Amino acid sequence: METQTITQQIGGIAEKSVKSPVIQLSGSEALLEALIVEGVDTIFGYPGGAIMPIYDALYDYSEKLNHILVRHEQGGVHAGQGYARSSGKVGVVFATSGPGATNLVTGLADAQIDSTPLVCITGQVFAHLLGTDAFQETDVINITTPVTKWNYQVTDATEIPEVLAKAFYIAKSGRPGPVLIDITKNAQIQKFDYEGYVKCNHIRSYRPKPIVRPQYIQEAAELINSAKKPFILWGQGVILGSAEQEFKTFVEKSGIPAAWTILGAGAIPTDHPQNVGMLGMHGNYGPNVLTNECDVLIAIGMRFDDRVTGRLDKYAKQAKVIHLDIDPAEIDKNVKSTVPVWGDCKETIPMLSALVEKKEHTEWLAKFNDYTRQEVEQVIYKELNPTTVEMTMGEVIKQLNEITKGEAIIVTDVGQHQMVACRYAQFNNTRSNVTSGGLGTMGFALPAAIGAKFGAQDRTVVAIIGDGGFQMTCQELGTIMQSGINVKIIILNNRFLGMVRQWQEMFNSRRYSFVDIQSPDFVALAAAYRIPGKVIDDRKDLPSALNEMLSNPGSFLLEVMVTKENNVFPMVPQGCSVSEIRLK
Amino acid sequence: MENKTNGATKVSPAGGDLEGPEKQEFNITVYTENQIGLLNRIAIIFTRRKINIDSLNTSPSEIESIHRFNIVITESEEVVRKLTRQIEKQVEVLKVYFHTNADVIWQELALYKVSTDVIAEKVSVERLLRENGARVVVLRKDYTVFETTGHREETDNLISILQPYGLIEFVRSARVAIIKNSEGFNSKLREFERLEPGEDVIENEYLNKGQKVFTM
Repeated sequence: METQTITQQIGGIAEKSVKSPVIQLSGSEALLEALIVEGVDTIFGYPGGAIMPIYDALYDYSEKLNHILVRHEQGGVHAGQGYARSSGKVGVVFATSGPGATNLVTGLADAQIDSTPLVCITGQVFAHLLGTDAFQETDVINITTPVTKWNYQVTDATEIPEVLAKAFYIAKSGRPGPVLIDITKNAQIQKFDYEGYVKCNHIRSYRPKPIVRPQYIQEAAELINSAKKPFILWGQGVILGSAEQEFKTFVEKSGIPAAWTILGAGAIPTDHPQNVGMLGMHGNYGPNVLTNECDVLIAIGMRFDDRVTGRLDKYAKQAKVIHLDIDPAEIDKNVKSTVPVWGDCKETIPMLSALVEKKEHTEWLAKFNDYTRQEVEQVIYKELNPTTVEMTMGEVIKQLNEITKGEAIIVTDVGQHQMVACRYAQFNNTRSNVTSGGLGTMGFALPAAIGAKFGAQDRTVVAIIGDGGFQMTCQELGTIMQSGINVKIIILNNRFLGMVRQWQEMFNSRRYSFVDIQSPDFVALAAAYRIPGKVIDDRKDLPSALNEMLSNPGSFLLEVMVTKENNVFPMVPQGCSVSEIRLK
Repeated sequence: MENKTNGATKVSPAGGDLEGPEKQEFNITVYTENQIGLLNRIAIIFTRRKINIDSLNTSPSEIESIHRFNIVITESEEVVRKLTRQIEKQVEVLKVYFHTNADVIWQELALYKVSTDVIAEKVSVERLLRENGARVVVLRKDYTVFETTGHREETDNLISILQPYGLIEFVRSARVAIIKNSEGFNSKLREFERLEPGEDVIENEYLNKGQKVFTM
């Protein structure tokens, strides 16, 4: 194995103008060279017929590129997402043609709606077989078009360096998203004169960052400075733009209370005095109610999802709306803005900070605290300090906070446990909350936790999963076993598909239609994969079990039996206004 | 009405609706790179929202290698504006404009096949065709093909006129439209190539030459 990449040997980017000796590479080798230049260290993938030449080339690159063999392509793409979310880098996924590629679709859709940068490489049948219904041929480009930021089919090896450069640039720039590159087998095999790899940083038809218009910053600042009850809503845009520090400065200077969408959690610490909590259907009481009382709403890097806004025609109608977003298509999409601020929030927030007056909205902030007190009395206290025999999900999260001190990456699946975990988990750091927000993909957490750990190896990664979601991708225990990765798994088992059950209880007269789910012996299942585990159903065992899990040198599965029919509150029922939020 | 661009122009400053919700025909003009699959990417923006495309035409533009889509839909201005933003978001789309019919010069081309015997026998048909500006494209013993260009009503009108005389076949093209208040895309394109990402960045020599790399 050479110590240099071929790209470095022939001069790479810097000396490209100097004519270097021509090196013949296969399309597969050019692909792997591209990954190395792009700084990729980990690939999640699964081989198959149409991607075999790439895997053959990978055999010689295994010291530079750590390939993690997943158990299903959906696991691969979720792992790529987890990696991207914890590291801020582009997640890379390999899959073969046909079923391999179609298995990526759920993860692509998830990454698309949650703006996660991915580059997925799929093998494809030989170019001359395209359209012949060849073995394992599917029209991957057309299948994935609605769920990718960009996709492209390569049929000639000479295209590979340029297309890969474009893929990485598109995936990570602007509003990030998934990119899929489909490479026909002939292009993987074909040798060509490799002239090095040039990173892409401009495509004329693609403007990742809209131009910031200072007059809108000015208008926004004037609105903020004259506001009596301003309110900040922030989303994942702050994290994706690496603008956490800029955002914190803005929040602290302006003195404005700030609430987060589920994907924005952790951009400023949970216990920051101006962090007033979570927005949306199962968010906190104050942020929801006071959305309809504030006079200026400052939305930063969020897209007014229906789970955040509730009924749109009764959403913040009294407020003037300032919307900061990098994606012009998000401005005025759901909520009409008074002042649109197009741009990268890493640039726009400091511009705004410079113009806003230093203030303390003490009275207004106290109002949020009033609502918090009511919520604690009626919901939070009994969720975190239950007197029931059975445990609640909330107390598990509370105990976990006490041990991890808010330093862990929390990966959640979808459902009641997700809402509870996001509501009660302590996040001290950014890039600590990995969850499927927009798509709501059950089965996301286990593979995403594997990826998150590979993306942040020095951090503790705790996956919190329901008994239903765990069974959707539990084959990835095999990936944990083989890779030896250290992921802590908590299954909050209520023996129900809890969120659907909650809705059936509240809105369908307790007609529990197919939500009663049986589970295998999860601890035995983990043991079959050589992963130690434990099941507890008694509160007194909780601290020691969590400690045992966290201090175990490797992965550990802890199953906690919780109340069967607990409901997540507060709740903004579907079709209701945020001010109609229910505490019970 | 001036050019409606969808990215940078703040159309409705106070958050109020300048336009009512009523639907009308809009002409959407899309300047794009020439890329396989882009038609699908643009089409699904409409189909996903269950919006019917009344007419779609793709053609070269005034600039070599830049393609131009003319799309006609019947929707409210607000919906059209949101759609154009979604279209402009696509990587290979350079710019999207939308206009009402009043703001464009537009034409559709229609072909009509009629039995030659009928025309030969009935003088009135020839007169009607002439009155409607139809031209003969092909004249054969068994049939004759006429052509008209014009607005929808005009080409529709000729159908109803010819129907009693045994219209054998009819076809109409997609709409092509020229924007009245446009200075073309040349200067805009130069702006695109210049503005981003600034002087200090080396542009990717391959990727900036779409044709070279992305033609198969």
